[in-house]
Amino acid sequence: MKKNILVAGILALACVSAAAQVGAPYIHDPSTIAECDGKYYTFGTGGGGLISADGWVWESGAVRPGGGAAPDAIKIGDRYLVGYSTTGGGLGGGHAGRIVTMWNKTLDPNSPDFAYTEPVEVANSVVDEDCDAIDIGLLMDDKGRLFCTYGTYFGNIRMVELDPKTGERLAGNQPVDVAIDCEASIMIYNDGWYYLLGTHGTCCDGVNSTYNIVCGRSRNPYGPFIDNVGRDMLAGGGKMVIAAEERLFGAGHFGRYIVEPGVEKASLHYEADLDRSGRSVLAIRPLLWKNGWPECGELVKDGNYKILSRRRGYALELSVDFVRAQGGMRMFGFGRGQQEQPNVVLEGQKLEEVSADWPEGNIPVRANDYMARPHQKWTIEAVPEAGGYLGGPYFKIVIEGTNRALAAAEGAELVTVPEFTGADEQLWQIDQLTDGTFRLMPKAIPGCSERLCLYSVADSTPTLAKFDFNNDNCKWDLKMH
Amino acid sequence: MTQFIKTLSVAVGLAVLASAIPARAQVYADSSTQLDKYLVPATTAVATPNDQGFLGRWLLLDPISKPNRSNTVFTDSYIREAFAVPYFKGQLGDVLPKDGSKVKVMVEYQPPVDLSGGRPMMRFPQEPVVYEKKEKKLQWHAFDSKRFNVKLFRFATNLTEDRYGVIFWAVTVVNCEEDIPNVRLAVGSNSASMWWVNGEEAVVLSGDRRMVMDDCASPRLTLKKGRNVIWGAVINGPGMSDFCARFIDEAGNPVKNITLTTK
Repeated sequence: MKKNILVAGILALACVSAAAQVGAPYIHDPSTIAECDGKYYTFGTGGGGLISADGWVWESGAVRPGGGAAPDAIKIGDRYLVGYSTTGGGLGGGHAGRIVTMWNKTLDPNSPDFAYTEPVEVANSVVDEDCDAIDIGLLMDDKGRLFCTYGTYFGNIRMVELDPKTGERLAGNQPVDVAIDCEASIMIYNDGWYYLLGTHGTCCDGVNSTYNIVCGRSRNPYGPFIDNVGRDMLAGGGKMVIAAEERLFGAGHFGRYIVEPGVEKASLHYEADLDRSGRSVLAIRPLLWKNGWPECGELVKDGNYKILSRRRGYALELSVDFVRAQGGMRMFGFGRGQQEQPNVVLEGQKLEEVSADWPEGNIPVRANDYMARPHQKWTIEAVPEAGGYLGGPYFKIVIEGTNRALAAAEGAELVTVPEFTGADEQLWQIDQLTDGTFRLMPKAIPGCSERLCLYSVADSTPTLAKFDFNNDNCKWDLKMH
Repeated sequence: MTQFIKTLSVAVGLAVLASAIPARAQVYADSSTQLDKYLVPATTAVATPNDQGFLGRWLLLDPISKPNRSNTVFTDSYIREAFAVPYFKGQLGDVLPKDGSKVKVMVEYQPPVDLSGGRPMMRFPQEPVVYEKKEKKLQWHAFDSKRFNVKLFRFATNLTEDRYGVIFWAVTVVNCEEDIPNVRLAVGSNSASMWWVNGEEAVVLSGDRRMVMDDCASPRLTLKKGRNVIWGAVINGPGMSDFCARFIDEAGNPVKNITLTTK
């Protein structure tokens, strides 16, 4: 029995390392992730929050005074505006709420500049009106206007406009109702559209929480926000952005982090992580844009993949002799009794049939027609001890059934080495891009200080070069086989 | 009215799409196959790459007979071995052969192809064919290509008796006024090929290849100030044979501040 528990524990640990933030990412209602001096910060309900040096390993340590619920944070100029609700959302029966904002020059609690300004109220709700002023969400749009949404299931989600210089409510600005039946709202802006995201479902019920994140969109920041089938969010509409996963339940409290054009992340919490005693955890997922709608992608799972260039659709492969597979040339003969021959199942080419003839040392890579051959099949696995980057662990990429690893080489080129050693040039950052394709970047390149990505310089020739989201040479599809 | 708006929208959409594609003239079908449609004798005028950077001035050697009934045999090992054979003096050297000069090459002799019997690859002999070894006198020709690619097949069919199962050798000189670092030789070929820049292997195109611009590229290299000798060897079994080659920079743009000579 003890052995079984141990095995289950080991399996659970392996699962945790590949699928969720590592460290101690325990939080509820995380604020939008903010970067400060190379570290990432998020604040949660009740005060405090998480810090990560790399975006993958999170620990407690962020400092936010005031207690209360559901903060949000945004960097404006060289300062951070942090908002939260001083109240808790009517669980005790009343719905008087109060939203405040405050500034800080830094989010690093160890910095001598770390000091919050006095909180100022920007919105409120009275005891029994159709709103409960909690769950602030902040957006600065492309015109420099600062919007604040707030509210919960009790009544309406509301919007006010703030002064980006002071963080205070714009004089004369009146709250506008924009949605019902949700909480943890926030607006994001993309390609001329304002998107209102809110969390539906049941909060705070652990593994039985049905929390899920939905959205509507509008050309006007004050709405109406309409979903994908034409429903107004004031009528309860909303298109799904992310919901439960197999072992994670209760997706809520969305935040958007733009790494660079084409690389975006969504932050949220899962109310319950089955691999962590059902605790509420921070999650970071790739944020995709599909037909004008935001949608969360998935973390890369350990497994066997073909790696296909978006440039031509060719598969990344070892530069070794092509070995013809069994089955022969059938030509076009359907006569002479061939129609009557019984079908037999032909085996695909196996690694042991070909690998003995591969060179023992480094082997270059290229791209070619995918033919399901051993030199084209890759295993991608997280390397838990290697740390990670915002939203993902570093991976090793090896030929399936071997330890031969893809690596960055001198001159910003590529090679495979016979044995994976864990060296930085053998570790790969894999980001799903906003269009659903993938960017693969080595952690380090010998003799090169630039961050470069796997790049198709010709149809059949991969190399390392600068990332540009508008260039298909930088993009790859990962397809499990 | 609605239909008119739809039609107008489609027309505007197509116009916008078309504006993003480089303009070029319609290519009308033309069944002629004479050499000067593809290649003309190189002139004494300074040659430069075409507007896309493709190298058009080459010395081509008459095809060397190398019988292969299929292009699927062209693995990396096979073509390295095939191109490592010393066929002629000065192969891969810095001194280029003279236009019109001839070399003697020992070949596996194939009789001229009988085109009346259909595609040659479809007529499989029952037993492996043993080819007679013969010494053939092959000539170098300096050409300017009228197209972005060098149509080896039409060179062969117009000037020689070989067309399938052959190796073509090509060489040119790229002249630079100053060092041009971080460029790549980008090649497409039908079928497999290997390319060398200043005596160093630059890029290998193995397998049963069709010619595609920028199919394979060399690692980053430097075109040095002065002469840079570019050698290429293309091997083909049945079917069309041609190649296209250009230098591209880090951004993938063609390198055009160079001149081409065959000396």
